[in-house]
Amino acid sequence: MTAYLVTIFIIVLIYLLLSLGLTIQYGLTGLVNFGLVGFFAIGAYASALLAMNGIPMVVSFLLASVLAGLAAWPIGLVALRLRDDYFAIVTLGFSETIRLVIVNESWLTNGVRGITDVPALFQGAASSAPLVTVGVLLIVNAAIIVVLQRIVKSPFGRALEAVRDDEIALTALGKSPSRFKIEVLVLGSALAGLAGAFYGHYVTYIVPDQFVPLTTFYIWMAVIIGGVGRVSGAIFGTVLLIGLLEGSRFLRDLIPAIPDTEMASVRIGAVGLLLILFMIYRPQGLLGDFTKR
Amino acid sequence: MTLEVSNISVSLGGFEILKDIAISVPEAGMTGLIGPNGAGKSTLFSVISGFLKQSAGRIQFGGRDLDGTGAAVRARAGRVRTFQVPREFRHMTVRENLYAAAPDQPGEHLINLLIRSAKVNLREREVRQQGEEVLDFLKLRKVADVPSGQLSGGQKKLLELGRVLMLKPKMILLDEPFAGVNAVLIAEIVDRIRELHAGGVGFLIIEHDLEAISDLVDEMHVLNRGMLLASGAPQAVLDDARVREAYLGGAVQ
Repeated sequence: MTAYLVTIFIIVLIYLLLSLGLTIQYGLTGLVNFGLVGFFAIGAYASALLAMNGIPMVVSFLLASVLAGLAAWPIGLVALRLRDDYFAIVTLGFSETIRLVIVNESWLTNGVRGITDVPALFQGAASSAPLVTVGVLLIVNAAIIVVLQRIVKSPFGRALEAVRDDEIALTALGKSPSRFKIEVLVLGSALAGLAGAFYGHYVTYIVPDQFVPLTTFYIWMAVIIGGVGRVSGAIFGTVLLIGLLEGSRFLRDLIPAIPDTEMASVRIGAVGLLLILFMIYRPQGLLGDFTKR
Repeated sequence: MTLEVSNISVSLGGFEILKDIAISVPEAGMTGLIGPNGAGKSTLFSVISGFLKQSAGRIQFGGRDLDGTGAAVRARAGRVRTFQVPREFRHMTVRENLYAAAPDQPGEHLINLLIRSAKVNLREREVRQQGEEVLDFLKLRKVADVPSGQLSGGQKKLLELGRVLMLKPKMILLDEPFAGVNAVLIAEIVDRIRELHAGGVGFLIIEHDLEAISDLVDEMHVLNRGMLLASGAPQAVLDDARVREAYLGGAVQ
């Protein structure tokens, strides 16, 4: 049971990195990134493949993050000239493209069979590896939250809010909205890449099916439920939603009457119901929508 | 230095919005651009400020062609516009709006936040200081910490002017600064404009209300249906039969 809770906590902390990335992109800057999982996938595969080829994990994590960030840069250049809704479609298409490339380039990624022997995190710590993982993830998340809070309060964060509120006005004042948008896209994607690296090395097997758009939308749900545009909202939403999603897995032990396959649908249904109830009774999220104050 | 608009035409979707407009705007002058609704005034503004590309003609400043320079570059060069419908950063307070408008902020570059925080803080203090001066100048102190989306129409117009002032512009292009503004606030805005002009700032002002602007400007250009109808001193323009016809639809002879 404790081991199970630790597992849930680790997954929550990994997803929190994704939520924080989305918070700076959407909550602060207004970028509708529907391709979050693509950068997550890049991070997972990059770090796994690098580590399997003898690169130390600290380095592979950093490179995974940098690669995911770099992948976002050309997309930013091209797509940020588009209107918001088209940008959303392009990023969604990008993440699916990444998944299909992973499926098809089996010489590198082993295709649909995936990589089953990703080096595990903190093998040296033996039985206490999960606790060390929790500790490291807590520190990484805390450090990122501190940095994000600093960015939010800086002139850079102020410019991001201005981008979100009115790009044309900002242009008329002599600034380039796309410069800010590209930087934020790269920053958030680098966070997603880091999350992917943690994910791959934690679950130790990665297959393309883990990187479907549903994951992107789970993160969106978490951010919306918690309250858009607030770092605290991202934290609450992620803990609540992912905790519920992952935690409900052990409901099947409590309710043996429902078979496993149906339990999966029940869980998704429950999350859907939760989201609908939120939309009706608390559309601003638990902690309030900062962007609509 | 002079802003030269030569033979500007704009066609959008096969429809000619501006035809062969040629006006000359002295940088430190006080120039009005008037005309009935739909005459093409805002379109000409968008061309001058770089938001819209002309189909033909040239915009020059001090003899240099502005073609190929974007809107942001033109603003940084010291000629800054406002909008007919105010475009405040609505979730940000009045103060934050002003700060966000300030140019040359090292803190807007992520790398500087890490390695040049002294420089960032120094500029931030200047920006805040300047923000306070603008708040006082425009008498916006009462609403300084109000989210700008909640301001009245007139206050939003003042805020737009305030943001422009943060750039210390040479020339301000105002798009209908008096539209939807109450009479008391209009008088206030007129006073501010005069004061800035006395300090050397030039203005190009769009207005469709003739009375509000004829006292203020030295020279007026009248647009009608995309064409330049008349140019000259305010009284001469107002007395022009063609201008009266454009405004009154030819009912008075």
